[in-house]
Order: sequence, then C-alpha cells, then structure tokens
Amino acid sequence: MNTKQKRGSFLSIPKGDLVLRSLSFFYIGLLIILPLLAITTESFKGGFANLLKQISLPQALFSLKLTFLLAVIMLVINIITGTATAWVLVRYRFPFKKVMDALIDIPFAIPTVVTGMMLVVLYGPKSVVGSFLDAHGIEVIYNKPGIILALAFVTFPFVVRSVQPVLMEMDKDMEEAAQTLGASRFTIFSRVILPTLLPAILTGAALSFSRALGEFGSIVIVAGNIPFKTQVSSVYIYGEIESANMQSALGTAVVLLTCSLLILILLNYIQRWSNKYEA
Amino acid sequence: MRLKQTFSSGELTSLYYKHKWISRETMGRWLLVGAVLLWFSLLVLFPLWGIVEETVKKGVTIFISNINTPSSLHAFWLTLVITLFAVVLNTILGTILAVVFARQTFKGKLFMESLIDLPFAVSPVVAGLMFIILFGPNGWIGSWFNAMNIKIIYALPGMMIATLFVTLPFVVREILPVLREFGREQEEAAATLGASRWNTFWRVTLPSIKWGLAYGITLTIARSIGEFGAVLVVSGSIINKTQTATLRIHDQFTDFNYTGAFSAALVLAILSFIILNFIQYLYQKKEVI
Amino acid sequence: MSGIRVEQVSKNFKDFTAVDDVGFEVKEGELAALLGPSGSGKSTILRIIAGLEKPDRGQIYLTGQDVTTQSARKRNIGFVFQHYALFKHMTAEKNIAFGLEVKKKSKKEIKKKVAELIDLVKLNGYNHHYPTQLSGGQRQRVALARALAPEPRVLLLDEPFGSLDAKVRKNLAQWIRDLHKRIHVTGIFVTHDQDEAMEIADKIILINRGRVEQIGTPQEIYESPHSKFVASFVGNVNVIDSFIEQDSIFINGAAGSIPYHASEGDEESGNAVLLVRPEEVSISRQNCKKGSIEGVITGLYYRGSYYEIHLDVGDNRIKSIVNKDEYLRLQWQEGERVYAYFKYYKVFDASGGFHKVHAMLKQYGYIE
Repeated sequence: MNTKQKRGSFLSIPKGDLVLRSLSFFYIGLLIILPLLAITTESFKGGFANLLKQISLPQALFSLKLTFLLAVIMLVINIITGTATAWVLVRYRFPFKKVMDALIDIPFAIPTVVTGMMLVVLYGPKSVVGSFLDAHGIEVIYNKPGIILALAFVTFPFVVRSVQPVLMEMDKDMEEAAQTLGASRFTIFSRVILPTLLPAILTGAALSFSRALGEFGSIVIVAGNIPFKTQVSSVYIYGEIESANMQSALGTAVVLLTCSLLILILLNYIQRWSNKYEA
Repeated sequence: MRLKQTFSSGELTSLYYKHKWISRETMGRWLLVGAVLLWFSLLVLFPLWGIVEETVKKGVTIFISNINTPSSLHAFWLTLVITLFAVVLNTILGTILAVVFARQTFKGKLFMESLIDLPFAVSPVVAGLMFIILFGPNGWIGSWFNAMNIKIIYALPGMMIATLFVTLPFVVREILPVLREFGREQEEAAATLGASRWNTFWRVTLPSIKWGLAYGITLTIARSIGEFGAVLVVSGSIINKTQTATLRIHDQFTDFNYTGAFSAALVLAILSFIILNFIQYLYQKKEVI
Repeated sequence: MSGIRVEQVSKNFKDFTAVDDVGFEVKEGELAALLGPSGSGKSTILRIIAGLEKPDRGQIYLTGQDVTTQSARKRNIGFVFQHYALFKHMTAEKNIAFGLEVKKKSKKEIKKKVAELIDLVKLNGYNHHYPTQLSGGQRQRVALARALAPEPRVLLLDEPFGSLDAKVRKNLAQWIRDLHKRIHVTGIFVTHDQDEAMEIADKIILINRGRVEQIGTPQEIYESPHSKFVASFVGNVNVIDSFIEQDSIFINGAAGSIPYHASEGDEESGNAVLLVRPEEVSISRQNCKKGSIEGVITGLYYRGSYYEIHLDVGDNRIKSIVNKDEYLRLQWQEGERVYAYFKYYKVFDASGGFHKVHAMLKQYGYIE
C-alpha cells in the first residue's frame, strides 16, 4: 500500500474492504433506508394536514390511545416484575431455578400466534380458569385483559434479560463498602444498586415498550379485531390495508414508526449515558 | 469451642448461611421468590401446558390427519424455505456487516449501526406496509419488476424480503460486540505470519465468534419461523400459495377450525422448545470468554 | 484497653482452613501491617475484623468492645477496598459524603466535613469528578476520604497499593504514613509487599497459611526472624544447606568452616540451614581469618546504587551486595576464586524450624 497516499483517501482502502463496505451499504440501503424513505414519502404525499386528518379518524384515534395506554401499563408492570425476576435469579437459590431461567426466553422462541392460541386455551370461556373468571364478569379473551396477558407474555423477557447480566457482573465491593459506611439494606439497594441498574432497566423498558406498541400476532388471536374495544393500532393498520384504505393505514403507521425511531434514539442515549460511568 | 451466635431479627449477613433461625429477612426473600414464581407460572407455565392438553385431548390421530393435508404440508414447506433463505442470507450479510462495522472506519458509521436495530423497534405490520409501498406494483422498485411481470408482493419474493428484514439484526448484534472487543491483535498476528485476508478470516476470526454466530443463527431461525405480521400483510395469505405455517394457524383459527389451528400450533410449539434448548445451550457457550 | 484486639480467631471455608487460631493486638494510634504471601488468609482476617465475614471461633475487640457478633454496618470502621469500590455513579464529593448522609448529619456539617477531607487528601478541584474521570491514585484517595468521613474508630485497608504502579505506590505509601501521623487513627493494612510493610508500618504481623508467624517492629522482623519463612519473606536472604559438627558449620562442597556456638538445648551436630543476608556477605581475596569459605565469582551485576555479586560456594549459589566504592576499588572479576565471610548469620535446624534459633552476633569485620 502506498504510504504517500492521504489517510482515508479512497484509493488507500484495500479493494476487499471496499467490496464489503459497498455490500453493507447496499444491503442496509435496500432493506432499511429505502423502505423508510418510501413510506415517509408516500404518507406525506397528500400533505401534512391530510396526515393529521387520517390520524384523527375516530377509529384510528381510539386504536392509538388504546395501544399507548396498554404499552405504558406494560412498561410499569415489566419494570417491577422484570427487575424482581432478575434479582431473584441472580441473588437467590431455589428449586427449579435453572428451569425457570431457561424458560424466560420462551417468548423469544415461540411464534406470536402460538402465544395467542395458548392464552385462548387457558383463559378462554371454555377453560377452567376462563369460565371461573367469566362467572365473575371478567372477560379475558376478546377483551382488554386478554391483550394485557398477551403483552405481558411477549414483553416479559426484555427487562429481565437486560438487567440480569448487569446484576451478575456487579461487584459486591460497592455493596460491602456501603455496609462499612453504615448503610441499611434499603439504602444500599436504593442508592447503590438501583442507580447502577438503571441504564439496564431503562433499556429493557424501552425495548418492551416498543414491542408492546407493535405487537400483532398474539393480540389478533386473543383479542380479535373489535373496533373501539380491542383494536390496537397494529390490528387497525392491518384492517385498513386489507380494505385497501392505504391513506388511513399510512397515517397510523407513521405515528408508530416515529415512536419506533424515537425509541431507537433513546436507546442510543441510554447507552452513551451509562458508558460515562463505566469507562 | 463453638461460638454461639445470636442475631437480632433485622441483621443481615450475606455470607453466613449456617444459621437455623429464620430471620425476617429470609422470610421476605421467600415471599419475593414465591411471587415471582407465581407470576411466571401464570404467564408461561400454565399456557404452555394448556396447549399440549388441548391438542392431545382430541387424540393423536386427529392431530396427524390435520397436519397431513396438502395445504398444511405446503404451509410448513413454505416456512422452511423462507427460513432457510433468511438464515443463509442474513448469516453471510450479517457477518459482513459486523466485520465492516468492527474493523473499518468511515463517515456515518454510527448512524448506520443504529439503523440495524430498526427491525426490532418497528411493528411487523408497519414493516409489511413499508414493503408493500416499496415493492408493490406501483412502488419505486416494484414498478420495475411489474413491468417485467414479476410479482413481489403477494408472492414468495415479497415474503422472503419481509422475513429478511425482521431477522436482519440478530446475527450482526451477536457478533459485532465480540469482534469489536477481541480479535484485532490475532488478525494482525496472522497477517505478520503471511496469511491472506480470506485465510485470516476463515481460520482466525470465524472460530473466535463461532458460538456467538451459532446463537445469532438460532435466534434468526426462531424469529423467521414465528414471523407473522409482516408476512401476513405482504403475502395476502393465499392458501397453498403464500401461506406459511403461522399464517395457516391464523387462517384456521379465524375459520373456526380450532383443531386444525391447534395442531399446527403444537408443531410450532414443539419446534420452539427444541430451538429454545439450543438458545440456552449456545448462550452458555458464548458467554464463556 | 483500646485499639484492635484479635483473639483466637479461626475460619474455615468448606474444608479449607483460611484462618487458624490467629491472635494479635494493635494499640490505639498504631498502624500495623498484615503481611504475608497470597492466599495466606490476611485479607480474610481483615474482613473478619471489619465484620464482612464471621469467624467460626474467636473474638474481635474494637476499642475494648466485643464486636464479634456485630454486623459491619454497626462497627463504625473505615474500610478501603483493594479496587476502591467507589460508587461509580456518584461524584468524588458524593462518595465521601455517603457515610455522613447515612448518619443523617446536617447538610451544613456534611459540606464542611467533605471540604475538609478533600483538602486533606489533596483532591481540591476534583470534587465533581466521577470515578472514571480520576486516575488510580486519585481514586485511592477518594476511597480513603470516604472511609475517614464518618470518623471511624479504626481504619482497615485491603491491599491499598495493589492496583497502582510502582512510582504512584511509593508516593501514596509515604503519604498514608504522613496522614496517619496526623490523624492518629488505629489502622491495619493488608499487603503482600514486604517493602511497603517495612516502610510504613509501626508493627508487622506476618501471616502464613492462616497462622501468625511473627509479630514485631520492622526492625525486629528483619534483624531477628524467628523462622526460615520470616527470614526469607522479609528482605532478601541467602539460604545455604550446611551441616554442623561440634563447633563448626560446614558447607557442602566448599572448603572452610564457620564457627558455631551451641547454646543450651541446641543441637550439637546434624544438618542445618544457614541464613545470611546479601549485605552481610563480605568478599576478600585473602584467607586470613577463621571463618572464611572458599568460593568462585560467577556473576557481577550493576544495580544502580550498588553491585550484586553472585558466588558459587560449594553446592550453593549465594548473592552478595557491595557498594560502588568498594567494587571499583577491588575490581572483582568473573571466575575469580575468593573467600566469603559472613558478618552476621543465623543457623536453623534443617526444617528451618522455629525453636532451634541460634544467632551469631557480628564478630567478624572484613579484611582487605
């Protein structure tokens, strides 16, 4: 390689590297950048005002409200249960721990429609649990609780798997130091452990939120497609596509997409923020 | 002379586990464990058992007859083909992407890296919509193929592309951090010993990432088999033509053919369990650095 | 009775005995070193004193109080960890303030005390830095200030210089010594580096395999080691196989002998181990006095402020230290046949044992 060439100049890069780089650009361009551009242009074709109109259609609006509400509920639930589960798995010993640890990954391995089926079997009106709840006026399947269950299942692993490694790697040193300085268990947890776990918890929470926003397969099975009752945005969009109402589908899709992008940026920030303390 | 130790109920010793008295702290611990186990069972264990029970209830022969229909077999076949395609392509390209990001520097690298995560953050239905717009008969790319009479949307190519999209991040994300942290020195050593770049990659780099790679591939397979929303939107779910296993389950279910739906679901569930085992095994393997 | 007292403490981990019947005392205001090789149990002893581990047997007294069953948080001790264990998400200031906040001191008080300590450890200007933005030495000082903030009755340091490089280590060690002179807190630090221990400790407690080998001032330990282990662990020493016959010590394969005066209870003859420090080995070209041993120079090494000379004496290779002046004057050569005199030496029975101590005082000067 000619050392006289400017650093970083086009000609100084080995040919092989260039080929690989071009391939990468091509792939990402084709599969990610182009589709993003396409959908953005198409949605704004009728103008920004038109987009707003599509989003404010009563059915669309309801689906968006429902979707976000459920996602937020899941966020809170997951932060608590996820952290607790990670804690228990890392710090305690109990029978079947290894089995449970393995099963945490199930939502990653099981198709969402199968999840939906499982929930129908277990909590549908014909089942033991379902009929019991039904008698008490709680409808699970084809109703909101069903959606919550489905979401709880598919978003469960995110916070756990995000917090677990951090917890495992955490030096007991800091906790012991806090002990020697006279801190109570609660103080140690809230002032030493929790802050250290915060980036991981937030990352897991962001991932589970984004998953909850977009979840489709399990909800379609468990909650059907009842407008103004159990129709979340993803299901609404699907319905509009099927009815060839592209404009309304695009409107809601853009909202979801924007959220996804925002969450990606957020994840990036969390990563950089936590690196500040970890270098 | 054994020292008799007494503790006030609030005392903590994380390292002393010989005491026989049950302190308040231990009880709190067991309560937490119990609560977590309960939540877990409710969420995972019971439903899993339910599906097994449901299918077995009707008897094994009915199960088999449901699986054995031509449309059912075609659906599984389609899933297999698409999965194979997605795995092969994303493994090769995922590795290339990881190598490029880990070893090369160029403007906009950080930006491109964060784009890789997009398939994780986007709803599958929205993803399918993006591809309809791009590859549909009136789309930017689709119109070209339309002129040549090649169907992408509502046909196999579209389904493959959609699946490629949703499974894109797995392999990259698994091996990128590994490549970033390790390997540069070994590659340099290989270079000083006269190895070509291909040789170095094949004999030095690849072996060092093999477990992470296997783990990423397994996740890709799982995701590909389970993909539903994007493929549904993009394929039209035409029986015997563009219906994968997951699409078939949905189709059967909405047609009230519950046994058919459950049978297919059970097959996929069993498959998932097998895959889950691999996921677990490979996770352990790759973490032993 | 104040200070730290450890009485008959033992601790087992599964079937491994980490600490075996250890007892010692550190007077109030003293700075003691727990010195020993890796795995000798010294860190475990420190952690038991701190309350981070519970002993299987024995008692710990801090300022006269029996704290054996007390948890670490109640003992009011200051502990500096080997890798500092600073709270990564808190600034230096917040780290130091932690112990005071736990004690629920007023904001004003905390501010004042933290400022004092920052000044004490010379970290002015670094208050708002996070641990990742500080160097190793600086982190060490934050850890120290943090431990001192709640005014503990006792300060414990676990390998405080272990993770630092040599230069920083030297400075910090001396600095801790000065600090200790100023604030007079009773302290114990754990180290495997005998130079450190010798340099800054008032008292050294030597630990080997969970047991106390010897306790004494640096001088006592160096000049009067009670066993072969102590002699060879602290400072450099030549270990020479020899045997005793009546009133002479003979070294295998070498001509010449060394005088031996047996005291009450000592052996009259048999195999023995001769321990001589390099600085007590004197080399001459003349065989004039009784007590010289023949040897051959096998190596001459420049060490900056002195020269190290390697000799083969019989079957043993020994080292001698000679200052520059003498070296230049005498111009030793490799291969030269010379006579070695031991100005000061100790004889132990063959196992290097504890109770057959026999010391010879300086008797022979060296000859030109």
